[in-house]
Amino acid sequence: MKKMTGAQIFLECLKREEVKHIFGYPGGVVLDIYDELTRHPEIRHILVRHEQAAAHAADGYARASSKVGVALVTSGPGATNTVTGIASAYMDSIPIVVFTGQVPTALIGNDAFQEVDIVGITRPCTKHNYLVKDVNQLAYTIHEAFHIARSGRPGPVLVDLPKDIIQARTVPEFPKEIKIRSYQPTYHANPRQVKRALEMIMAAKKPVLYTGGGIILSNAAEELRVFAEAMQIPVTSTLMGLGGFPGDSPLWMGMLGMHGTYCANMAVSESDVLIAVGARFDDRITGKLSEFAPHAKIIHIDIDPSSISKNVSVDIPIVGDCKDALHQLYDLLQDKPPRDWAEVRAQWLDTVHDWEKRHPLTYAWSDTVIKPQYVVEKLWELTKGEAYITTEVGQNQMWAAQFYKFKRPRQLMTSGGLGVMGYGFPAAMGVQMAKPGATVIDIAGDGSIQMNIQELITVVENELPVKIAILNNSYLGMVRQWQQLFYEKRYSSTPMRAPDFVKLADAYGAVGLRATKPEEVVPVIQKALETPKPVIMDFRVEPEECVMPMVPAGKAMHEMLLA
Amino acid sequence: MEPRHTISVWVDNTPGVLSRVTGLFSGRGFNIESLCVAETMDPAVSRITILSTGDEQIIEQIIKQLHKLINVIKVVDLSELDHVEREMALVTVKAEDKSRAEVLRIADIFRCRVVDVSPHTYTLEITGNHEKIGAVLSLLKNHGILDEVRTGTLAIQRSKKD
Repeated sequence: MKKMTGAQIFLECLKREEVKHIFGYPGGVVLDIYDELTRHPEIRHILVRHEQAAAHAADGYARASSKVGVALVTSGPGATNTVTGIASAYMDSIPIVVFTGQVPTALIGNDAFQEVDIVGITRPCTKHNYLVKDVNQLAYTIHEAFHIARSGRPGPVLVDLPKDIIQARTVPEFPKEIKIRSYQPTYHANPRQVKRALEMIMAAKKPVLYTGGGIILSNAAEELRVFAEAMQIPVTSTLMGLGGFPGDSPLWMGMLGMHGTYCANMAVSESDVLIAVGARFDDRITGKLSEFAPHAKIIHIDIDPSSISKNVSVDIPIVGDCKDALHQLYDLLQDKPPRDWAEVRAQWLDTVHDWEKRHPLTYAWSDTVIKPQYVVEKLWELTKGEAYITTEVGQNQMWAAQFYKFKRPRQLMTSGGLGVMGYGFPAAMGVQMAKPGATVIDIAGDGSIQMNIQELITVVENELPVKIAILNNSYLGMVRQWQQLFYEKRYSSTPMRAPDFVKLADAYGAVGLRATKPEEVVPVIQKALETPKPVIMDFRVEPEECVMPMVPAGKAMHEMLLA
Repeated sequence: MEPRHTISVWVDNTPGVLSRVTGLFSGRGFNIESLCVAETMDPAVSRITILSTGDEQIIEQIIKQLHKLINVIKVVDLSELDHVEREMALVTVKAEDKSRAEVLRIADIFRCRVVDVSPHTYTLEITGNHEKIGAVLSLLKNHGILDEVRTGTLAIQRSKKD
């Protein structure tokens, strides 16, 4: 084998990892990689307009495709701009690999131009990170980075590449397999624990399945459906788990937590056995911890042992892959004498359906002003529930979660853990790259869309027909909602002027549409869906609409405000 | 006070690992009372001994979070096992006239070694567990401690006796 430069090794590694798309932004120390990129037409580079967007786009790409997303940026500010995207991927366990350029090794520590200790900065928000100091380690490090990103509980990995390493030459050795003695995730759930869990579930009178992003990440939606239907257990999920269970199933109770449904929150509060699968008892789910699921024994299935008994104490911990554990549970159930679970559960399911009927998700209709929930409902109807949805963060995110009934896993991409305003639009670019031809809609607010609006030119340039639905209420809506409810309507710094989004779309070469009255909503959505270009839909909605139900911070789940 | 735990952590001996471990403690609000780290017989592995406090749930989280770090090979909570602990202190004590003999007597009782002598001072090496070192230091305090330095706790599991 002949000698190769670091840049050549880098691209050869990406090829071996079957990377087809990179989101990135060039700069001084990564020039050699960008030069080498011209000789690799099989890898498409999407030039973003801000490095934060590269990380979010890689994240959206990873979620939609179930592959590892890749971002490539330069040193210093290029690297620091990715930090929000990395931190978001870390909180949501999304597999991305971010490559950052670094100043030459001889200059590291010298406060050189565009030098920053990005490995130090991202240590607490990556699953792992590397500074490559020897070109002979480059190939191994890159493959190890991909391995760590996608295995176990997935997450972002950062690889810092000094300029002299990128330029150095060596005869590379590409590893056939990666083995790390200190990193061996447990995929197979302990059968004894699974057996104990099944016995507890069989004895339960009011069981609830509470599922999270782990269902999506481990591709366990089918196993979840089969198990839930077999034992007739009602299902609720976190924001991250939406799409992991069919939204039209009679067992589906909707999302739980701060803006969850009355039914889901009541069911969890009343349950006697709570089966948590790939979820982590986040504070937005549990509300007041001491009153969370007070009557329930808790079974917790998670691939990350540190998620178990972190916030609530668990009766039966099961470390392993959700798919494997659910599969085992179902198999074990088949060995038991058959029982008519529909009959066993009839009373519990009646109670659940009664809660559902008593307080369904709803909103007050208006003939004169557009209700934001109505917009999301119509988006759902007119896309037949088939679109890929990304969201920003705030009210837009919650209405999307409540009123778009997700059918399939990987249909919703949202910054659930970190809650990044500005996530949805760049993530939508990534989704559209992964799913060309699919309808991709970013449900946004007028505040959050402005956080990464520069990417409009990226979607226009790359002919990515992403649709943006702005629920424009001239406020930072969710913060305003808290001010309305808990700060006596003192709207401090939440009224917000926005640019003319229709003109803005036009200036970027996209299409801008506006709806100011309820009857304009459907035609605007129809027009947008028919337009094979990026479209901004500016919906002027009721300014003081609140997301309901709501469990106020620090309150128990059953103490939710309903309207 | 919350119970003290002595945790042994075997890690890859590579740059930045100590910072990953200590960063984990500060980032998650865990406590470090003391910390010792050095290479093992295998130069690719370092062993860290951390003294921490916390209730059962916190210690469980500490151990799980440490395990989660890619560079951590093994974690053992020695407090749950039969083990021996040692610390060392170096201390320079004022020793003039009458007190010269007294300081030496204290050193002798506690099996300290004199590692440096000047006409006005002794420097003593004290080894023992946390409490013993505290006891020696408080006795020496009356004579005037000019300088002192202490290691963190080192700990090792006792061998089986049968």
